[in-house]
Amino acid sequence: MDYLNLFVRSIFIENMVFAYFLGMCSYLAVSKTVKTAVGLGLAVVFVLSITVPINFLLDSYLLRPGALTWLDASYADVDLSFLSFIMFIAVIASMVQLVEMIVEKFASYLYVALGIFLPLIAVNCAILGGSLFMQQKDFAGIGESAVYGAGSGIGFFLAILAISAIREKIAYSNIPAPLRGLGITFIITGLMAIGFMSFMGIKI
Amino acid sequence: MSKKTNKPIFLFVAKDKEPLFSKKNRSLLTDPLDDNNPITVQVLGICSALAITVQLEPAIVMTISVIAVMGASNVIVSLLRNLIPNRIRIIVQLVVVASMVILVDQILRAYAYDVSKQLSIFIGLIITNCIVMGRLEAFALGNGVWKSLLDGVGNAAGYGFMLILVAFFRELFGSGNLYGYQIIPESFYEMGYVNNGFMLLSPMALITVGVIIWLQRARNRKLIEKG
Repeated sequence: MDYLNLFVRSIFIENMVFAYFLGMCSYLAVSKTVKTAVGLGLAVVFVLSITVPINFLLDSYLLRPGALTWLDASYADVDLSFLSFIMFIAVIASMVQLVEMIVEKFASYLYVALGIFLPLIAVNCAILGGSLFMQQKDFAGIGESAVYGAGSGIGFFLAILAISAIREKIAYSNIPAPLRGLGITFIITGLMAIGFMSFMGIKI
Repeated sequence: MSKKTNKPIFLFVAKDKEPLFSKKNRSLLTDPLDDNNPITVQVLGICSALAITVQLEPAIVMTISVIAVMGASNVIVSLLRNLIPNRIRIIVQLVVVASMVILVDQILRAYAYDVSKQLSIFIGLIITNCIVMGRLEAFALGNGVWKSLLDGVGNAAGYGFMLILVAFFRELFGSGNLYGYQIIPESFYEMGYVNNGFMLLSPMALITVGVIIWLQRARNRKLIEKG
């Protein structure tokens, strides 16, 4: 699969939020204003494009059946894939910590902008979901997994940006009281997902 | 969603003078079903709630898995709560939850392979399911073992209740079946009834939950958001 095709697919067609509902919790909780939504979106793009390739390396050199053959040919039938959940989440948690420290040291502007969102990301389902989908899709190389990670991050960014802009405007409209807040956000997300379905079948 | 729990837990609560199912403890179990539902009120754990509700069967399996994971990890974290240094608590919690999820995943693969395939990555995503982490942070870190168990089971049951409700409507209107058995009689189809295939697509999960939230808040006015 060529890179551009994969990139567009992961942004629009297999959008994290609209097609798989990943990262919904933070998507709903942090989308009240555009400013915070942009902060969270950037942090997700950042962390996803780092953790997916790292987890790809981990998967292909440690976890998948027969991955340990680079050590010794006698390890060919060792299958450690049952450990993938715990390895992936450990990588994600430590990468988030590392990224936080690096950003704090070298890009204090970005650190202020991302603020509390970086630590929160360790438990964002979109991040772990990205790695698990990567494992399921069986990518051929690290390049593909990096493109997939960045693409799904950008897909999440677009989704949260759009819903936060809509929510800022919808504050002025006259919605039935029980539907206000969470209810209308769900229904709008559903309508947006229908819109995104029209990207299905696009091939570049 | 059984309300009975294993007896051995008695050991831990023997010191408390409170009866095992006092009113307060019972409300820990029943509140999350309605007034404090994790999905529609606390807004936790939505990610997995929507993706696996096309049919009843995966929804029910998911509910059972989440109840098991939450009950067990709440108990473990609550036992460890005085030993965990505050700074690394998130990682400790993640490790506890991840080990529980690995157990559940392996059991499902052994005994219910088809469903486990259908749930694909969503079993793994229980790890980052916000309900689990949210309740660990908000409750198990500060409360005793028995109460944490009740809270975990209660919240997981509230989550599962929503899951099953959404799956019920989606399977009924989407494919005319319930739990794989045909419910809508053949004569309806002969008269021109057509399944609404749109219910099977992902956007309808969001809209179904939206409508459920609407109905719940219309009935229970104190949940309405201000502003």
